[in-house]
Amino acid sequence: MRLYATAVYLFLYLPIGIIALFSLSAGRSATQLQGISIKWYGRALNNPFVMEALWTSVKVAFVSAVLASVVGTMAALALTGMKGRLRAGFDLMVHVAVMIPGIVIGIATLIALVSVFDIVNPWLEAASGYRLSMGFGSLVAAHGLFTMSLVVLIVRGRMEALDRALIEASNDLGAGSLATFRQVTLPLIAPAILAGFLLSFTFSFDDFIIAFFVAGSETTLPIYVFSSIRRGVTPEINAIGTMVMVASLGLLIVAQLMLRRGDARRQ
Amino acid sequence: MTGHIGNRPGDETVAEFVETTKRFGPVLAADRLSFRIRRGEFLSFLGPSGCGKTTALRMLAGFEAPTEGQILIDGQEMGATPAYRRPVNMVFQQYALFPHMTVAQNIGYGLRQRRPRMAKAEIAAKVENALAMVRLTEFGNRRIWEMSGGQQQRVALARAIVNEPKILLLDEPMAALDAKLRAEMQRELLDLQRSLGITFVLVTHDQEEALSMSDRICIMGKGRIAQIGTPLELYDQPANRYVADFVGRANILSGQIVSREGGMARIALPGGRDVVVRAPAGDTRKDVEIAVRPEALGLASASDQIPDGHTVLPAEVTRRTFLGDHIEYLLRSADLGPLQVLVPRQAERAMRGHDVGARLHVIWAPGAGLMLGAED
Repeated sequence: MRLYATAVYLFLYLPIGIIALFSLSAGRSATQLQGISIKWYGRALNNPFVMEALWTSVKVAFVSAVLASVVGTMAALALTGMKGRLRAGFDLMVHVAVMIPGIVIGIATLIALVSVFDIVNPWLEAASGYRLSMGFGSLVAAHGLFTMSLVVLIVRGRMEALDRALIEASNDLGAGSLATFRQVTLPLIAPAILAGFLLSFTFSFDDFIIAFFVAGSETTLPIYVFSSIRRGVTPEINAIGTMVMVASLGLLIVAQLMLRRGDARRQ
Repeated sequence: MTGHIGNRPGDETVAEFVETTKRFGPVLAADRLSFRIRRGEFLSFLGPSGCGKTTALRMLAGFEAPTEGQILIDGQEMGATPAYRRPVNMVFQQYALFPHMTVAQNIGYGLRQRRPRMAKAEIAAKVENALAMVRLTEFGNRRIWEMSGGQQQRVALARAIVNEPKILLLDEPMAALDAKLRAEMQRELLDLQRSLGITFVLVTHDQEEALSMSDRICIMGKGRIAQIGTPLELYDQPANRYVADFVGRANILSGQIVSREGGMARIALPGGRDVVVRAPAGDTRKDVEIAVRPEALGLASASDQIPDGHTVLPAEVTRRTFLGDHIEYLLRSADLGPLQVLVPRQAERAMRGHDVGARLHVIWAPGAGLMLGAED
C-alpha cells in the first residue's frame, strides 16, 4: 500500500520536480542538468518580453479577481436570502460554471464576444470612431466570469455558517441593515472574500486555455511560455514555470490560511 | 422563593398584546394573544418547545411581524417599527456576541448606533459602568472566545442593559449553563432587575426557573395563553388541566359534582367515594376534572384513625423513592389508577413498613384538591 502511494505521488510530482531542478541548470539544455546555476532566473527576469507578459498577466489577474470578488460576494449575499426552486436553480448554475472545461468557456466566450462585437461595432464606430476588439477587456471578462463562481461558492459557505442571531443582535441593538452589513456581516465574511480573491487571482494568472481563445493581441505569461516552447525549450522556460508555480502555491496557501483563520474566529 | 425588595411593579402598562396572532404558513404559532406587561415586573413565558413563547418574544423584539392584531410598547403601535427602532433589547439564547469585537466593543455596540452620535467618552464611561455591573471590569479588552460560558452570558446581559431598554427580553438565557452556574446567574439576574427597575420578559421551559424568579408567569400551550398569574396563583389555582400538569406535579382525576356549597364542591369519584374540593363559581358542568398536589395528600396505615370529613382511598404502594427531604410514593388504586403522594421525611419517620406492596390509605383532606376549569 505504501509502495503504491509512493508511486502515485512520484507520478504526480516528479515532472514538476524535474522542471524545478532543470531550471537550475548551468547549460543550455532544458533536459539535461549541466552544473548548478541560477543564471536562467536572471535571464528570465531580464527578458523584456517575459516581463511584459508577466505585467499583463498580473493586471488581468488583479482586475478580474477584484471584479469576481465584488460581484461574487454580492451574488452570494443575494443567494443566502433566497429560498426554494429559484435558489436551487442558481446553485446548479454556479456549480456547473465551476465544472465546465476551460476550453468550452474559451470557445463560448470567443464566439459570444465576436458576435456581440459584430453587432455593436458598426454603431459604435459611426458614433465615436472606436471599435471593440479582443484583448485586455475580453480577458478580464472571461476570467472574471469563471472565477466569480468560485467566490460565490466560498462566500456562500461562510454566509451559511454565519449565526443568524448575530444579524438579529445587531438589529436589536439599533443597527439597520446597511450598518449591520458594514459592522457585522462584512468583517465576518472578509476572510472568505479575501480567500476567494486570491483563488481567483491564481486561477487567472495560471490560465492558458481560456486566455488563448480570448487574448486577442495581448500576451499573458502562460501564452508567452506556450509560444516560446514552439521555438525550443530552454532552462529559461523551466525557470519561469518554477517561479509561476511557487507564486501560485504561495497564494493558495495564504488563501487556505485566511479560510482557516475565519473558521477559528467563529469558534 | 426570593423576597421582593425595592422596586415593586406597579399597575402601569409598559407593553400590551392585543389579539396578536402569528402564522407561519399553515402553522398557528401564536393565537390571539392578549395581555399586558406591567412596568418594572419580571414576567416569564413558560411552556414546552413549540408552544409559541419564543414567537411572542420575537414579535415583541420586532424580529417577527404579527399576522393579525397589535403590539403596543408605551402606548405606541409597533406594527411597522423595525427591531432597530424599538426601545427593547434582547439577550439571545446562544448570546450572539460579535466574535470580531472585544468585550467592551460588544457592550458599546448599541451606544455606537445612536444618532445623533454619542460622545466617545460618554460611551466609554457607560461601557465601564456596565462592565462593573456584571462584575467584568478587568475583562473589557478580552476577546469573546477567551471568555467562559458564564462570562459570555454576563457580557450579553451588559450589552443589552447598557442601552437602558424599556423592556429587557431574555430568550432562554440560562439554557446553556450547568446547574450550579445557572442558579448563580438566576440570583444575579434578579438582583440586577430589582436594582435597575427594568421590565424583564423571560422565555423559559424550566418551570423551577420561572417559579423562583418571576413576578408573574404566562403559561403557554399550542400558541395560546393557558393562564397568566403569580407563581402562587398558578400553583394553587391552576385554571385547567394543562396548567396543573405543567406547573409542579398533580394527580388529576375525573368525577361528577354531587353538590356545591360556597367555594367548595362535593365530587363523586369512580368507586363510590366522595371528596370535597375547592371549586370556582359559575361552572355549571357535571362531569369535571379535579387536581390534587402530591404533597396535599397524606398516607396512613389501614388501622390508623382518620379525622372526620377526610376521604380515604385504599391503594397499594408500587414504588417508593427517597428524595432527601421528602419521600415520594407511587401507589395504585383499584378504582382511580396511579396516585402520587409526597410525604415529608419527618412524617415518614413516624410510619413503618410502607414498602412496595404494602396496602395503605391515601388521606384526602377537604379543600386539598381543586376543581379544574374546562380547557379551551
